[in-house]
Amino acid sequence: MREKILSIIEKNCRIEVKELAAMLGVTEVDIMNEMEQMEKEGVICGYHTLIDWEKTSVDKVNALIEVRVTPQRGRGFDSIAERIYNYPEVHAVYLISGGYDLLISLEGKSLKEISNFVSDKLSALDSVLSTATHFILKKYKDHGTILGKQEIDERMQVTP
Amino acid sequence: MRNPLSDTIINIKPSGIRKFFDIVSEMNDPDVVSLGVGEPDFETPWHIRDEGIYSLEKGKTFYTANSGLKELRVEICNYLKRRYQLTYDYTETLVTVGGSEAIDIALRAMINPGEGEEVLIPQPSYVSYEPCAILAGAKPVIIELKHENQFRLTAQELEDAITDKTKILILPFPNNPTGAIMEKEDLEAIAKVIEKHDIFVISDEIYSELCYTDNHVSICNIPGMQERTVLINGFSKSYAMTGWRLGYACGPKEIIAQMTKIHQFCIMCAPTTSQYAAVDALKNGDEDVAHMRESYDQRRRYLVHAFKEMGLECFEPFGAFYIFPCIKEFGMTSDEFANRFLQEEKVAVVPGTAFGDCGEGFLRISYAYSIEKLKIAMGRLSRFVTKLREEKK
Repeated sequence: MREKILSIIEKNCRIEVKELAAMLGVTEVDIMNEMEQMEKEGVICGYHTLIDWEKTSVDKVNALIEVRVTPQRGRGFDSIAERIYNYPEVHAVYLISGGYDLLISLEGKSLKEISNFVSDKLSALDSVLSTATHFILKKYKDHGTILGKQEIDERMQVTP
Repeated sequence: MRNPLSDTIINIKPSGIRKFFDIVSEMNDPDVVSLGVGEPDFETPWHIRDEGIYSLEKGKTFYTANSGLKELRVEICNYLKRRYQLTYDYTETLVTVGGSEAIDIALRAMINPGEGEEVLIPQPSYVSYEPCAILAGAKPVIIELKHENQFRLTAQELEDAITDKTKILILPFPNNPTGAIMEKEDLEAIAKVIEKHDIFVISDEIYSELCYTDNHVSICNIPGMQERTVLINGFSKSYAMTGWRLGYACGPKEIIAQMTKIHQFCIMCAPTTSQYAAVDALKNGDEDVAHMRESYDQRRRYLVHAFKEMGLECFEPFGAFYIFPCIKEFGMTSDEFANRFLQEEKVAVVPGTAFGDCGEGFLRISYAYSIEKLKIAMGRLSRFVTKLREEKK
């Protein structure tokens, strides 16, 4: 049941408990208990909204930054990652295999704000060896959802 | 000038679906929520589409062999073995233009026109069996399935319909429009009758992947049945490939050979692009099918639950993606109900009578729609049902 709940709410966290219960053939109490348990265990980490900010009057700039760092004895990459993810402008931090170590997703109000962050804060960290900043020009698809595409039912309205 | 038309075709009445389609289309109202569609709401999984595109890029734009690509026919056999424990050799298969073509040519290959040979057609069922039987020169004999049997075919009903002219039984399960299935015991019971009277079966199993209890059981799983059955299946429902027009028939070599002859002269071969895409569907599509089945199952439960809350009489369907509630309590015909529901609440559902006279008093509601759509429609249905009950008081 757990995986089924998750796969439904991953796409639509606003679905009502009553509907979930009907869809999975269990009681509402079962659903509420399971959700609560998953929240406690940290399986469910939050309920977010996917927003296409392009369609609003708010200006936002997103960038992906490749970072090469010196791992720390005994703690590997964890402490430097921790150091970085505490900045509120940092949206995501991933440890990456391949040519560099950390991939950071950053959100700011302007190009300047992001370049300031990279030069003043990120590069200034002792263990950071180098950075490469890539600005995001356009989001086509995010969180498995194609942005700006209206769902149209192509089917005829009544068929046998 | 002489009448250019055939009496046979003129005497076949147009599909009841068509009539309702025209009414809905004429309304042309963006507010209308339609639950009237008999095809999946999913798009064909991308990897399958990609194979189709790739085949075009490679210039695979020619006819295939009449019976279909050997690779595809072999995969069909592997699939039937893997999913339903059925053993076929690829020479016992024929790739067709949808399951529809297979129904047509199976009948034409087996019926001697004008000799009064009878084809048993359980109803409510898909709209094309009866016209195809007539066009093949057979006499269609309708078996009216009953709500109290959950619209399954019983041995007694079959026995009662058989005469010395009976040649073929069409077996449409999992069923469109009722969502009924036939479980192993049901099939064993009718198999005895089939064998006793030495009749043949055309088993339309196009919805075989959409079974929500146990795995689907084919009539061919019952000993003695495979050798007298033409099994029809396809890609439309299981892989959400309706527009690709691809199905297949499997059966005894002698029947398949004659069907292939008709197919060869009338069709030549099924679309090449679709065949290449279908190879990928069978090889790599099991997970997609499971995912879609789970999704339909959730919607099915949601509707069963919603009907229960409204107090609408309805047996629980275990197959396909239809639910077939009974509306007899309101004292109107299916047609009246569907029309008023459309006009007053802007929801399109199909009257049960579109699938045979015995569909009177029922509606076909398709759940090949998102939960959000179904929720809106159920809200409107609940309001409508309350209104009708008030009116009756």
